[in-house]
Amino acid sequence: MKKYTSRFDKERLFLGIAAPLLAIVAALVVTALVILATGKNPGPAFNDMLTYGTASDSQVYILNKATTYYLAGVAVAIGFRMNLFNIGVDGQYRLAAFIAAALGGALTLPGIVSIPLIILCAMAVGALWAAIAGVLKVTRGVSEVISTIMLNSIATAVIAYLLQPGRLGELDRAGTKVSTEPLPSGSQFFVFDTGAAGELWGFIVVSAVVGVLYWFVLGRTRFGFDLRTVGMSESAASASGVGVKKMIATSMILSGAVAGLIGMPTLLNDSHEFSNDFPGGIGFTGIAIALLGRNHPIGIALGAMLWGFLERTTNHLEFQGYDKEILGVIQGVIVLCVVIAYEVVRRYGIKRQQQRVGAELAAQAAGPVKKQEVA
Amino acid sequence: MRRVAKISAACMASAALALSATACGSTSSEKEDSDSDSGKGGVKVGLAFDVGGRGDHSFNDSAASGADKAKKDLGAELKELTAKTSDTEADRVQKLTDLADAGYNPIVGVGFAYAGAVNKVSAKYPDTTFGIVDSVVDQKNVDSIVFTEEQGSYLAGVAAALKTKKDHVGFIGGNDNPLIKKFEAGYVQGVKDTDPKIKIDRQYLSRGNDTSGFTSPDKGESAAEGMLDRGADVVYTAAGNSNTGAIEAAAGVKGAWAIGTDSDQYAVPALAKFKHAILSSMLKNVDIGVYDLVKSVKDGKPKTGVSSYALKDKGVALATSGGYLDDIKAKLDAAEKKIVAGEIKVKTTP
Repeated sequence: MKKYTSRFDKERLFLGIAAPLLAIVAALVVTALVILATGKNPGPAFNDMLTYGTASDSQVYILNKATTYYLAGVAVAIGFRMNLFNIGVDGQYRLAAFIAAALGGALTLPGIVSIPLIILCAMAVGALWAAIAGVLKVTRGVSEVISTIMLNSIATAVIAYLLQPGRLGELDRAGTKVSTEPLPSGSQFFVFDTGAAGELWGFIVVSAVVGVLYWFVLGRTRFGFDLRTVGMSESAASASGVGVKKMIATSMILSGAVAGLIGMPTLLNDSHEFSNDFPGGIGFTGIAIALLGRNHPIGIALGAMLWGFLERTTNHLEFQGYDKEILGVIQGVIVLCVVIAYEVVRRYGIKRQQQRVGAELAAQAAGPVKKQEVA
Repeated sequence: MRRVAKISAACMASAALALSATACGSTSSEKEDSDSDSGKGGVKVGLAFDVGGRGDHSFNDSAASGADKAKKDLGAELKELTAKTSDTEADRVQKLTDLADAGYNPIVGVGFAYAGAVNKVSAKYPDTTFGIVDSVVDQKNVDSIVFTEEQGSYLAGVAAALKTKKDHVGFIGGNDNPLIKKFEAGYVQGVKDTDPKIKIDRQYLSRGNDTSGFTSPDKGESAAEGMLDRGADVVYTAAGNSNTGAIEAAAGVKGAWAIGTDSDQYAVPALAKFKHAILSSMLKNVDIGVYDLVKSVKDGKPKTGVSSYALKDKGVALATSGGYLDDIKAKLDAAEKKIVAGEIKVKTTP
């Protein structure tokens, strides 16, 4: 038996690596073709991406971006594990960041008190906004896809209404930017100073902790087991005594709470205020990253860093005279390739398994026939 | 269980490696060859456009035409980068840093979104002159190029009020940010001062941090169609690239007018088909601001501080191409004089 499990693991490892490898190679090929089609040489482009993307300031940029993207990926992945498609991560994090920024600007407490308060406030707002969709789903059967899309628009409108001079916003000197009151310097999160390469956001530590918690809660607790069970089969879960409705609401709220964190690296480490150019759309990036990382805590981290790397390097490609639209093409192609590659590899794996099981059964079948004769 | 411990140890180790790796290795500017010596004594102008970029027939194109003029008259070399709607502060910092590293001087951030990035990067490159359009940045080496959009919009409002036959006009903004509200405020005041009975429809194509309203001609078109259907016959549109959609919609309705913004949209070849409906454009002469800055750098006396371009120095103006305003020219001139003389104070918030 031991021999079988070890062989099985090796095969699983091989299949696990094959899919992302296949996807990346396919994406590279397609991207090269696209660059060729625009009449430019892909060779120097890839070379530039590699040298520029590995420079120390690029590393800092990538890790900073990945800090945000990782949280987005985890927030979406929590829903995915539960078979819930939380498209509302986008609205949840923007509303959360906005309310938390307004609170942070109004607080004059020492940082050790105000920073946790800001973070908790953001998580609570994100969770509450997601809870609306969760409750609607549980009590009225409203599809969370529809309700969260609508809640995104509502969040945009709520922010646009409140972020006005005289409400929660204030105008800058030129009269062109409206933002919440900036956080006092005491409420800013720590950074790692890496000298010429720039500042690495301290929030990366929080992101890592969230990743560990995600892995632990989902993989090592009864709650996580219940959650995954409901995700795989609601009827089986309720038959084994899991409160399906409660689990749906809870996981939606958890997803929203993590979504609330997405805006925090930017708010606490970078902008220190919520303005009309606060980064938007990260919730949707999170969907791509969760898909890419296959909802796995380490996979999501790799996906987040890949995204940061692509953004960093394609910005520079534009500087080198390539088209800036290449970023969207590469990202789209990678996500497509990943989805397809995993499906291909999964089917291949199932086929292999069936063959093996078939062979084992055939071998066993030879035995019992003789036994029957004996009986 | 042991396997799990191993995996988590591996993760920790790789995370630690990644962290420590950030401290070592050379930065991208060190890796790049520093060919910062500007060849043949010309100036190298770096332009970082806002979303839409060159070819939006509006705001960015106005800046681009200033740079083109500098290229022609001053022999300037141009490098252009364009923002994506998904760009964050870090991306804008990167664009400006790349330009500064490559020796571009001056570097202009076109659009207020670049304010934070210009502030950060200008501090790191004290020998480079930066320009920021539509915002104010307090650095010694920054030229803040700002305009009094409300004054030009007031004139657009006067023109709209005089031209409307149905006593019903419209305003379309790309995003409900304070800058575009200046357009709205001036326009509304101009209309109401001319004829308080006129009804004004106002609509923003996107809100908050969604800036898609500047790059969606389809949204501009449907918003303008809606206003025209409700009975408006002059539509003033301040929505960057989305203006083209609104202009197209107005061109499709007999007797309806569109007023464009930033560039002279009557003169844009791509919009030639709709010329008959372009009453005027509220010119925001970003080109003058950009050209002045490039020239000052070339002359060795870089402009810094706040450069405000108002109605009195033609920083903003109402375009007269097409000649559709000829019959009301006297009234427009009178209003312009009053604004310049300070008799009319135009509000900046609606």
